[in-house]
Amino acid sequence: MKVDIAVVDYGMGNLRSVSKAIEHVAPAAHVVVTSDPDVIDRAGRVVFPGQGAAPDCMREIDARGLRQAIVDAARSKPFLGICMGMQVLFEHSEEGDTACLGILPGDVQRFPREAMHDAAGNKLKVPHMGWNDVHQAMSHPLWAGIEEGARFYFVHSYFVQPAAPEVIAGFSHYPFPFTCAVASGNIFAVQFHPEKSQNAGLALLGNFATWHPGAMAPTAAMSGATCA
Amino acid sequence: MLAKRIIPCLDVTHGRVVKGVNFVELKDAGDPVEIARRYNEAGADELTFLDITASSDDRDLILHIIEAVAAEVFIPLTVGGGVRVVGDVQRLLNAGADKVSINTSAVLNPQLVKDAADRYGSQCIVVAIDAKRVGAHWEVFTHGGRKATGLDAIEWAKKMEAFGAGELLLTSMDRDGTKSGFDLALTRAISDAVDIPIIASGGVGTLQHLVDGVKEGRADAVLAASIFHFGEYGIDEAKRYMKQHGIEVRL
Repeated sequence: MKVDIAVVDYGMGNLRSVSKAIEHVAPAAHVVVTSDPDVIDRAGRVVFPGQGAAPDCMREIDARGLRQAIVDAARSKPFLGICMGMQVLFEHSEEGDTACLGILPGDVQRFPREAMHDAAGNKLKVPHMGWNDVHQAMSHPLWAGIEEGARFYFVHSYFVQPAAPEVIAGFSHYPFPFTCAVASGNIFAVQFHPEKSQNAGLALLGNFATWHPGAMAPTAAMSGATCA
Repeated sequence: MLAKRIIPCLDVTHGRVVKGVNFVELKDAGDPVEIARRYNEAGADELTFLDITASSDDRDLILHIIEAVAAEVFIPLTVGGGVRVVGDVQRLLNAGADKVSINTSAVLNPQLVKDAADRYGSQCIVVAIDAKRVGAHWEVFTHGGRKATGLDAIEWAKKMEAFGAGELLLTSMDRDGTKSGFDLALTRAISDAVDIPIIASGGVGTLQHLVDGVKEGRADAVLAASIFHFGEYGIDEAKRYMKQHGIEVRL
């Protein structure tokens, strides 16, 4: 059977809400939660979620033999990374000093303790947990119908620092600006949880379900990730 | 900026919401799915379900409820009550819970918190602390406030953070049900002692209490039951009041 959207299952967290939210906005789509590389290869679109810690995520990806399928999907078809699924697209995470997939240049850092206070001097908690404003740094089909500054639900202690600023699709403040969405060719990835962000999140998932990336040139992808 | 959260709490037993919820034109005051949908539409930032089912026979009912709610309500869902082993955490997460709250079992077996956080990530582990003032300090109580533990609440909060809790749900047993406001000194003491978010609970009777919990108690989120359930105040009304008092909220 044709798989429209594959949600990659590598044992890291609750995937039911991701698949349910997609089914809610794309009722006609055949959505499959899978850890089968063949299903990921055959799927029209791939959602790559994830929770937990970076070292565990990378270990589980390899333990399930999913690395190649994820890298191939990120090079070739509409691909949505969510939370840890965004972070491990980069080269390296400070969390457990972990080598990641290296599909996008840049690294992942922890919110630095010394910076975590607001203008009035109040301590800011880590994890960054709750609803924060998301500012759109570029126009993109996945932002369609979503208000600039709309709030999305976050829960994370680490954030990505892309080496190529042109991939930054969205940012938020805590307390300094940090990248919370990136876009590169057929890849879109977000730090927040669209599946838990009510109407704005559902709009983004709905946009993903119908997104047709135009030119597939992965503008900021690393040289190793480009096609020969 | 990050918004302070308002979290309605629903007590569930035998698959039904108890203590009643008084929404206009609510067809079934005990239906968890309908109530969750209404709170979602009203702008709740998260929902917490507390399973107060006494017998273990009926525990699976909460799983069906969470499955049904998670299929149509797309905000974070926390479930607490009766979590004893890592397998309980897994079952709740698989059913669609985003966070699991551990209370008595954390005291009986702190390793449970560590094992669950290691396995599923700190982001989904909430440790609920029921505290009561005893002399000059606050002591942790379990079994719905009936059993003293001898643990100092501030030290316990720090220990649970070190064990991997991602968030603390702090209830003042002195204030719970009194409608006289949060125990602000307790809330602030715990919030200042840890780096993880604190949900204040117990004692909300007015909207000013919510403001005080955030401003004086330095809570990151406020949890309330009766003032919302019985329709005294709406979620939106509460948020507008907080905003008027300079608190960042999601409207």
